[in-house]
Amino acid sequence: MSLGASPARGALRIERAVKAYGRDGARTLAVDDCSFDVAAGEICVVVGPSGCGKTTLLNAIAGFHSLDGGSIHLDDRLLCGPGRPRADVSSERIVVFQDGALFPWKTNLDNVAFGPIVQGTLSRAAARDKARGLLADAGLGGYEDVYPSQTSSGVRRRIEIVRALMNDPAVLLLDEPYRALDALTKSVMHESLLELYVRNRLTVFFITHDLDEAIFLGRRVVVMTARPCRPKAILDVDLPYPRTYDVMGERRYRDLVQEATTAVHEEAMRAFDVGDKEGPS
Amino acid sequence: MSATASMLEARPARAGHRLSRLATRLRETTCSRSRRRALISYGVFAAIWQLGATSARWLGHPVPVLSNLPPPTAVLTTWGHLVLERGYWHSWLTSFVRVGGGFAAAVIAGVPFGLAMAMSRRLRGIVFPVFELLRPIPPLAWVPAAIIFWPTQELSIDFVIFLGAFYPIVLNVLGGADAMDERLIQVARSMGASRWNIFRRLVFRAVLPSTLVGMDVSIGITWEVVVAAEMISGGGSSGSSGGGLGFFIWSSYVGGSYPQIIVGMISIGLAGYLSSAALRRLAARFLPWLEASA
Repeated sequence: MSLGASPARGALRIERAVKAYGRDGARTLAVDDCSFDVAAGEICVVVGPSGCGKTTLLNAIAGFHSLDGGSIHLDDRLLCGPGRPRADVSSERIVVFQDGALFPWKTNLDNVAFGPIVQGTLSRAAARDKARGLLADAGLGGYEDVYPSQTSSGVRRRIEIVRALMNDPAVLLLDEPYRALDALTKSVMHESLLELYVRNRLTVFFITHDLDEAIFLGRRVVVMTARPCRPKAILDVDLPYPRTYDVMGERRYRDLVQEATTAVHEEAMRAFDVGDKEGPS
Repeated sequence: MSATASMLEARPARAGHRLSRLATRLRETTCSRSRRRALISYGVFAAIWQLGATSARWLGHPVPVLSNLPPPTAVLTTWGHLVLERGYWHSWLTSFVRVGGGFAAAVIAGVPFGLAMAMSRRLRGIVFPVFELLRPIPPLAWVPAAIIFWPTQELSIDFVIFLGAFYPIVLNVLGGADAMDERLIQVARSMGASRWNIFRRLVFRAVLPSTLVGMDVSIGITWEVVVAAEMISGGGSSGSSGGGLGFFIWSSYVGGSYPQIIVGMISIGLAGYLSSAALRRLAARFLPWLEASA
């Protein structure tokens, strides 16, 4: 891999994870017998039909809810599993949500500076200095003193990722962060995310519906089955980083997208068939 | 405290921007089309009132209802005399002090109460049913009981005003907390925010806009309540000027001075408008992020 030695932290191991919703009578399995690894410092993209349980898995890794079975390890440390149903929420794993979750009452700069201030690891002034530096590195220097509501949605997503990086996480958990963006903005987002990734070399767990996005960003792409969610196929995207949009013209890229499309389509049809009975989660 | 501090910090950078905005707004309001329409509307309203009130003189027979009113010219003349009297301004002051006291008490009690219920499901389960039981009782229905409960009449008036303001404030604080985006809390937790931090830096902030809406609703209610309470309670020991604007209207009615009744009504309208406007200014100052998106 072009990035050299892999970083020391950020390896996820998901083993036989199970999570169900609802009471005994009408239990819906969201995740069932789901096992795969995410190597330290790789972008692992998870794709699958909507409502298949991808987000459930992400939330379990983040510590927002428990698992009913199986386990998740981070760097050989048990996050959640038997006897420890829920991972503790910690700044080593930071979530970036679908429609953005910047604090509307804080300026973009104070949003980015938030983590170290509440953790008490940096003084207010030091945190703001670091935040200013990170924003400038990401080319977002001009947006420090305005509020998120005054900022375009594309810039908000980028700021949110900078806010996550501010906490030096081992794993970045991205739940369809670019879903609502137009294609042009998306392409800018992708390149800026890859740039940040190449510079920081942290583990990225990325959920999406968009297969081009998946192949373009991912080192590996995990195609999930329709609910309950478990890996159907894992694609090895052997295209070197740093990637630019030129990669999309390559034959290997198009083959991979085709492969992913076929796998997802099968599951989408299956999800569609059972959809009437189960409804969206 | 530091919440206020961070807002203070954000302000100087925006002062110039704010000033230029104020200038634009001033220009817009004085020469805009809507301003012209408003002036025409006031003029037509006054003309109809004047013509109707004096109809017996120029039409030969009185127009029903309108002719029972004193004409605006008489109201203005009376007002012109009243503004020179201490008693009139004392009525203003008395009502303002009562509204201010009851309202402040409602904010001081209502905001923490609402926040406490928002933060603790258990507390809410225990307290909210009683709250909902008492809430439908109109503040004025409390007047006789309040007079019995409280040692002085002044306190009982303040208490009734307090009740009028308390319920909307609590409900809006609670509503604001319920409407809060849960992902903000999740994200703050994942960045290492403690429960106290989440309360202070998130819930408290997220609840501010709806709290201010609740306060705006409340201040309107306090003026309704104070006027009625003053009409019931009378002038007290300090005579006709000691009873506030509500009593001012009542004593004008008893004394048969109809223009003065209208002056009292307009005064209360103005007082309510002024307190509401002051509150909105305060809101704009405390909610720079909402002003920014507007």
